[in-house]
Amino acid sequence: MTTADELREVARKCRVHIVDMVYRAQAGHPGGSLSEIDLLTALYKTQLNVRPSEPKWEDRDRFILSKGHASPGMYAILAEMGFITVEDLESYRVLGGICQGHVDMKWCPGVDFSAGSLGMGLSFGMGTAIAARLDGSNRQTYVMLGDGEIQEGSVWEAAMASAHHELGNLNVILDRNRIQNDDFCETQMRMFDIPAKWKAFGWNVMEIDGHSMESIVEGLEFLGQSNDGPSILIAQTVKGKGISYMEDNPSFHGAAPNDEQYAQAMKELGVSA
Amino acid sequence: MTKMEATRDGYGQALLELADNEKIVVLEADLGKSTKSLHFRKAHPERTVSCGIGEQNMLLVAAGMAASGYIPFASTFAIFTERAFEQMRNGVARPNLPVHLCGSHGGTHTGTDGSSAQSIEDLAIYRTLPNVTVIHPSDSVSTRVLTKQLASSPSPSYMRTARNKTPVLYDDIGEDVIQIGKGIELKNGSDVAIIACGVLVSEALKAADLLAEEGIHATVVDMHTIKPLDANLVDAVSERCGSLVTAEDHSIIGGLGGAVAEHLSTTSGTPLERVGVNDRFGESGQAHEMLELMGLNAAHIVLAAKKSISRK
Repeated sequence: MTTADELREVARKCRVHIVDMVYRAQAGHPGGSLSEIDLLTALYKTQLNVRPSEPKWEDRDRFILSKGHASPGMYAILAEMGFITVEDLESYRVLGGICQGHVDMKWCPGVDFSAGSLGMGLSFGMGTAIAARLDGSNRQTYVMLGDGEIQEGSVWEAAMASAHHELGNLNVILDRNRIQNDDFCETQMRMFDIPAKWKAFGWNVMEIDGHSMESIVEGLEFLGQSNDGPSILIAQTVKGKGISYMEDNPSFHGAAPNDEQYAQAMKELGVSA
Repeated sequence: MTKMEATRDGYGQALLELADNEKIVVLEADLGKSTKSLHFRKAHPERTVSCGIGEQNMLLVAAGMAASGYIPFASTFAIFTERAFEQMRNGVARPNLPVHLCGSHGGTHTGTDGSSAQSIEDLAIYRTLPNVTVIHPSDSVSTRVLTKQLASSPSPSYMRTARNKTPVLYDDIGEDVIQIGKGIELKNGSDVAIIACGVLVSEALKAADLLAEEGIHATVVDMHTIKPLDANLVDAVSERCGSLVTAEDHSIIGGLGGAVAEHLSTTSGTPLERVGVNDRFGESGQAHEMLELMGLNAAHIVLAAKKSISRK
């Protein structure tokens, strides 16, 4: 059993990887990677039934990063899990590299969905969940959505259809970091009562603090116990979490730190110069 | 009396015949009665996924199932598949997942539903996607045969079928001549070659008969696979006849005519006339009325053939 302190330490290492990748590439999406990383860490370390040495094992749980621009976060946890190496992270956004700008199942071991266009992952996850049911398997599908992403209408096609088909093996984690590309969600497109919307679509809903490991683990247990239909964890997060000048700052949705900012980030993450 | 059947019926029959393979699954977006996947649904409800009226979701549910080892056949009207074009592009073609999308009721031949239902651009847009095979069969028999062949393809496909009945062309011809990627020579003449697909193949045959009355001998090719184009056959009939006509119930931009023109531009430069929808939308009308209005029927193919010959 991994303790909450151990999870926090893995997440800290992942944050270092994330900032390293985006700084090296001088491009990419640090904000949404830092908001999701505590969730990804707990999911991979405590729930996901996968085999790093056998990434295509047929009966693995599926994890689908629908907000595929937040790829540094996923590459970081894949490296910490041993699917890829820390050296592989240097290939982020580099020609021929396995760490493509957006996560891609054709390029990177451990990636089960080729993302990059928002609003697609939940539908794909519905497909893997139906396939698991047809196979008579208990394997689970987990889909991570961004909050801005749920402005895409196709998400709601999938939400309605998944409830109709009573897919208890389909689980969503919503990274509610309140910022999208251009600005705060509140400015771009108000989404009103998000938990009520999912409840109205027939989903099991729980809200958690997406940066408290204790709260996240409790939420993942809720997903495991809710099997009468699809379930969603709405995780309240902070965009850019862990780097003071990126936190809650729309400028760091898709921007890399400069030299000075990089040095400060490393200092804040406890990396000695 | 010529036997008449709709190509969509061939599709429905093929799904039933494929059902012995337990990996075959069918996805519907509330139009199974129309696309004819309903026969599979009735026989195998557990392997049929209703996606409601949600084409974008359907394409990606199919992708997720394909990524889990299933062979999904998803269908709706040709025009509504276009709503999910980006899902087909990013979620199916890019990861090269074997999802087989069927768009029924394609072309102006679909008739009285009017221009909103008459897809005239589907072949063009799917042809631009890497990894995707694009097929538009001419009759119910070839539709059945080609659909069954798709089930063993490792890549995705788009197939257009038609709503209305057309002559059955392959009742007396061995099914083994029908192969994905291989055009079929139905008539062998040396003055002009008419390369057609879908509902216009039977019109092309009628045109060849009309031309023969005037002593003009036409080759007629059923080019059911638009992509990959059977370039060897295009070259062969081009060399033999020295003039070409393409015929399709589709825009003259980007479909079969576009594909043949692209090929000729880098090879022989043989004169080519394209019979197709001339960059306009349709309207409500009976199938035969639409073919006349849009300039697609046998009489128009005859005119195009003569024009192409005159350019030799």
